[in-house]
Amino acid sequence: MPVNTQAVGKAYEPTVYAVGREKVKEYARAVGETNPLHLDVDAARAAGYADVVAPPMFAVVYSAPSVGPPIFDPEIELNFAMMVHGGQEFLWGPLVVAGDEVTTTTNVKDISERDGRGYYVFESVSTNQRDEQVCRGTWTNIVRGV
Amino acid sequence: MADLDVGAQIPELRTTPDRFLTARYAGASGDFNPIHIDEEFARSVGLPGRILHGLWTMAQVARAQTDAAGGPEHLRRLSVQFRGMGVPEQEVLVTGTVREVSDGRVLVDTVAEQSGTQIIRNAEAELEL
Repeated sequence: MPVNTQAVGKAYEPTVYAVGREKVKEYARAVGETNPLHLDVDAARAAGYADVVAPPMFAVVYSAPSVGPPIFDPEIELNFAMMVHGGQEFLWGPLVVAGDEVTTTTNVKDISERDGRGYYVFESVSTNQRDEQVCRGTWTNIVRGV
Repeated sequence: MADLDVGAQIPELRTTPDRFLTARYAGASGDFNPIHIDEEFARSVGLPGRILHGLWTMAQVARAQTDAAGGPEHLRRLSVQFRGMGVPEQEVLVTGTVREVSDGRVLVDTVAEQSGTQIIRNAEAELEL
C-alpha cells in the first residue's frame, strides 16, 4: 500500500507553552544536567538571565503539544503501532528561560516511501513572546511495513 | 572549555540510567509511552523490557556538547539518528570528534553507545564559540 502524501504542506494550529521554573528544574534533573544555570535561579540571574535557563533539549517539552496532533491526524494515515522515531534535528536560537511563553507551529514537511518503510517528516517552529525563533525541530518518524 | 581543534575528542560523558529513570523522564517530558515505563507491556510488544526514551539519550548527547563548549548558549544545532534501543541500568557513553572549525563554528561528529552498540549514530552537533 503506498503512503498517502496528500497532507504534505499541511500546517496545524499553533500551541502556546508557558515555561515554568520548577518544570525546567525537573527536566534538567531528569536528564542529569549539573550546570547551575538550569537548576539555581540565583546562578542564572548572576549570569544575566531573567530566570533558570531551559536546557536546549527542553525543546521537546514546549514542542510536544504541537507535534503530537499530526501523528494522530487521520488525514495522514500514519500507523502509530508500527512507528519508530528515526531521527531528530533541532536548530536553536536564543535560550529559553522560565517565564517565557513559547508558541509552536507544526507542519508536514515530507511523506515518502523507501524499501517498504514510510518516512513521515514533521517540522516544528517555536518562537518566544518577542517573536524570536527559539527552535526549529525536524522530526522523522519511520513506519515499518507500509 | 575543552580543546575543540580539528581532530580533538570532546570529553566523554558516561551516565548510567537507574531503574526509575524512565519514569522520572516520562514525568519531566510528558512522554508516557508504556514501552518506556511498563515492563509487562514492553515485553508484550516484543521488546526485551522497558527501553530508554530516544530523546533522553539525545539529551545526553546534547549535554556532552554543552559541557565541552562551556554552556547551553553554545549549542546551535544537533541532528541524530536513533538506532536500536537503549535500556535502563547499563552505562551510556557519549563520545565525539571535532570534524571542522571555521569562523567560531565547530562541527562535532558524535555518537551514544551502550555495551558497545551505538544507540544514537551519525549525530552532528554545531557549536558556536
